[in-house]
Amino acid sequence: MNFDPQNPYWRERDRFILSKGHAAPLLYAILAKAGYFSADLLNTLRKINSPLQGHPCSETLSGVEISTGSLGQGLSVANGIALGLKLDKIPARVYCIMGDGEIQEGQIWEAAMTAAHYNLDNLYAVVDNNGLQIDGPVEEIMRIAPVHEKWTAFGWHVIEIDGHNMKEILHALNEAEKIKNKPTVIIAHTIKGKGVSFFEGKVEYHGVAPTPEELEKALKELGNG
Amino acid sequence: MGKDSSLVTRHSSLEKATRDAYGEALLELGKKRPDIVVLDADLSGSTKTSKFAKAFPERFFNLGVSEQDMIGTAAGLALTGKIPFASTFAVFETGRAWDQIRLTVCYSNTNVKLVATHGGITVGEDGASHQALEDIALMRALPNMTVIVPADATETYSVINAIVDYNGPVYVRLGRTKVPHVMPDDYKFEIGKAYVFRTGKDVNIIAAGIMVATAKSAARTLTDQGIDTGVINMSTIKPLDEKTLLQTAKNSKVIITAEEHSVIGGLGGAVCEFLSENHPIPVRRIGIKDLFGCSGSPEELLKLYGITADDIIKATKEALKK
Repeated sequence: MNFDPQNPYWRERDRFILSKGHAAPLLYAILAKAGYFSADLLNTLRKINSPLQGHPCSETLSGVEISTGSLGQGLSVANGIALGLKLDKIPARVYCIMGDGEIQEGQIWEAAMTAAHYNLDNLYAVVDNNGLQIDGPVEEIMRIAPVHEKWTAFGWHVIEIDGHNMKEILHALNEAEKIKNKPTVIIAHTIKGKGVSFFEGKVEYHGVAPTPEELEKALKELGNG
Repeated sequence: MGKDSSLVTRHSSLEKATRDAYGEALLELGKKRPDIVVLDADLSGSTKTSKFAKAFPERFFNLGVSEQDMIGTAAGLALTGKIPFASTFAVFETGRAWDQIRLTVCYSNTNVKLVATHGGITVGEDGASHQALEDIALMRALPNMTVIVPADATETYSVINAIVDYNGPVYVRLGRTKVPHVMPDDYKFEIGKAYVFRTGKDVNIIAAGIMVATAKSAARTLTDQGIDTGVINMSTIKPLDEKTLLQTAKNSKVIITAEEHSVIGGLGGAVCEFLSENHPIPVRRIGIKDLFGCSGSPEELLKLYGITADDIIKATKEALKK
């Protein structure tokens, strides 16, 4: 992605929208690493007066393009940005990450129609297909399958990948850039908590922070301990 | 004082719907401002954004029947520096897409102009599902939102021009039916500034939208009957013109509010909230009394729901008696 932390509102920048706003801690860590703010600030996450709100807030933190947290809204905003960039003939790209549970929201499919209708080939969506939502497995709570066919039917170019394989991720993003006149969605098959044996695929860890003991064990497993 | 010219409403042949003035204002602004884009949700013929759509098709986006997506898309366009006007009927704009307005327009403080038509009971025959009687309350409760209800075509034209130069979320409520011209030709709207037609020593009617004309008519009758009556057009409901309101209340025995909206949470609510904390005096709210609308002609409905000049006169006399 092309961006400049010193000039966060640079008109030509690529945009990233975290539609699944509850993944905010990950976004904050990446923004800090990219140089938008000091990593020290990460310790203020979710605390009073912190710009690092429980869900991303564009008013308090540069690098966050739009506030999210109420699910289903990011793709519409990404569409609007993609339309605006096309009007201005700016060749920047717009990325939007959604959760698989999130695509149960009707607005996602309204936006899916819009992106295809307006041929938004500067828009790249990702569905983080981890199979879990707050109340349990997506398949049990509200079936979204067949996901690939749904997006195809809505007029999108669809790529399925192993979301943990960097090679596949880069390959998919490169493939997407070659697709003209239609938006691309990458369905990234992932395992929630990947790399930490006792987190993997456990619905209990959807929105819960690990205890200090669990953290130590987890970091050890990730080879960072 | 019975012949006060400030209360005279011009000839009915000058009647025009506020939504028509909106369509014309947009068309004209579109020529001057390449940064204006317009969105609609399959009602562009009714909201009058179709005029802009025809002249500037590359800057018009019809989202189909999907209000929530329309609001999000508008927010995205605003993030690229455009000034998006998003229009549909008031009931769908504010009700169907309230959470979208809350998160991506108000909380994110994006420069989106929500201009809704078909506000109020005078939608008429379409009935309750299409009559927005709660929209002002819904929009007024949102931080960062400015809420404007123009009284006539002249004011609408001025409002649309004014909000282009204002950076931030705005909700403008327009109507379906033709309304009389009430504002002077040289009137220039300013956000947060009420227009005082005249002040009365006995009663002052604080009105918005189509009720400004009704208030003027009621005021003429009351003044003729020896009750000194003032009329104020409080077209900006948020932020309220507190200075004018306080000054008016201090020189008045009672205040009447008049709006084509529920008495809960709209202009009446805003006036009462302010006066109860700053200068408590008797207030009577003319509006829809916590009810849904129904089908009928606009005139029949205004009568049925008790929001006519006669209702204002009756409420004034009752309030003054106590």
